[in-house]
Amino acid sequence: MPRIVALTGNEAAAEAMRQIEPDVLAAYPITPQTEAVMKFAQFVADGIVKTEAIPVESEHSAISAAFGAASAGVRVMTATSSQGLALMWEILYIVAATRLPVVMMVANRTLSAPINIHCDHSDTMGARDTGWLQFYCENNQEIYDLMLLAIKVCEDHDVLLPGMVCQDGFITSHSVEGVKILDDQVVKQFIGQLKLHFSLLDVDNPITVGPLDLQDYFFEHKRQEAEAMKVAYEKLPQYFEAFSKICGKRYDFLDLYKMDDAEIAILALSSTCGTARVAVDVLRENGVKAGLIKMQVFRPFPAKEIVDAAKNLRALAVLDRAEGLSTQGGPLFADVCAALYQSERKLPVVNYIYGLGGRDINVDQIKNVFSDLQKVTETGKLEQLVNYIGVRD
Amino acid sequence: MAETQKGWKEIPIGGLIKEAGSALKYKTGDWRSRRPIVDLDKCTHCLSCWIYCPDSAVIVKDQKMAGIDYDYCKGCGICASVCPAKCILMIQEAEARKGESK
Repeated sequence: MPRIVALTGNEAAAEAMRQIEPDVLAAYPITPQTEAVMKFAQFVADGIVKTEAIPVESEHSAISAAFGAASAGVRVMTATSSQGLALMWEILYIVAATRLPVVMMVANRTLSAPINIHCDHSDTMGARDTGWLQFYCENNQEIYDLMLLAIKVCEDHDVLLPGMVCQDGFITSHSVEGVKILDDQVVKQFIGQLKLHFSLLDVDNPITVGPLDLQDYFFEHKRQEAEAMKVAYEKLPQYFEAFSKICGKRYDFLDLYKMDDAEIAILALSSTCGTARVAVDVLRENGVKAGLIKMQVFRPFPAKEIVDAAKNLRALAVLDRAEGLSTQGGPLFADVCAALYQSERKLPVVNYIYGLGGRDINVDQIKNVFSDLQKVTETGKLEQLVNYIGVRD
Repeated sequence: MAETQKGWKEIPIGGLIKEAGSALKYKTGDWRSRRPIVDLDKCTHCLSCWIYCPDSAVIVKDQKMAGIDYDYCKGCGICASVCPAKCILMIQEAEARKGESK
């Protein structure tokens, strides 16, 4: 029987990792991810899991060890945050391009400078083009659930790409919530055994991993990788469906809230969606047709789903918890606009940068965004494309 | 290699090479700008060149230095540098090719 357990977001990730029981875990501690690996290390020390845990000297080493172990054909996981993810950078591309289905939990934290340990999405947004799938979690339940789902889809033989399961550092990573934990056997049966098509340790079938690949074949390998991400997009719905049979909740690329008749809506990631949902409820009580689009999967990017969700809207606000520094708004905004450009109608879309370095966002601030959207629908004019919430002038 | 080039659907994913020793098919000798020339009359067959050659391009027969495999030698000059008998001379590849028939 599933049981409800009080867990922090980090503990929820560790609990998923306990059940997944990867063959190897290589990680280095960094705030706010530390507790997830610390908890998992306790499982290893107590003999609860048989995982080989490799305590390394940096995140560059963590992901490098993960790469090496994954090349041996075994299931490998890691976890990090912020500067740790930045230090992993070059190997992120290598793991993805070598098609190794490593799954990592990221407790989102901003990037220096100035130094700050709190949440925004600068770290994983910067890694959005590395070839890793990216899932964003609103709460601790989603962290647990999406870790299991990520393993399943990343290890699909037609996908074989790594994945990041992202949660808001401190906001969920250090907050306790009730999390429904499935039976160990149910989880183990769902994720199954990893059967990679090669192993570096298979001496009867010697292979070369990571050879030189010049003008004559590199492009073909990159084309394969792009196809794999497309296949991930095509196959995710069947995994949402399969997972719903054991967890009772059907995940999707987007989680739509009161969108059926919505005229104005906010699109956001992770924990802010909880705050936005309250704002939507308050506005609905006042007769405002407000809605929320929570993006659960950012890579592969659900462009068609966004166009469909927005088809009856009169204005949309995209909330970015990262500053793209392009002068044209945040990275989520850019991708959403690109998706909507495929639509025949021109929907007014406005960007809000918020919550950098852990700055709180509250219901009133989100209500103000909806007020701005109402003005846009009344006047048909976008006053300003890129706006900032909660920064002092 | 041009005639064997395959499309992206036909090759192993991730740049994996599933065949051992495939480097033999990749003749890298045309990268060379300098060519080692061996004076076998002066050679003492100590095989220092064979030990140091990073491309295994020193040909050894019956435990004796027998020449350089120019299909793979990249012309790094390490053999000439380590040779105690100073019997390996590095010459310009372009000069060496002038004397070869096409």
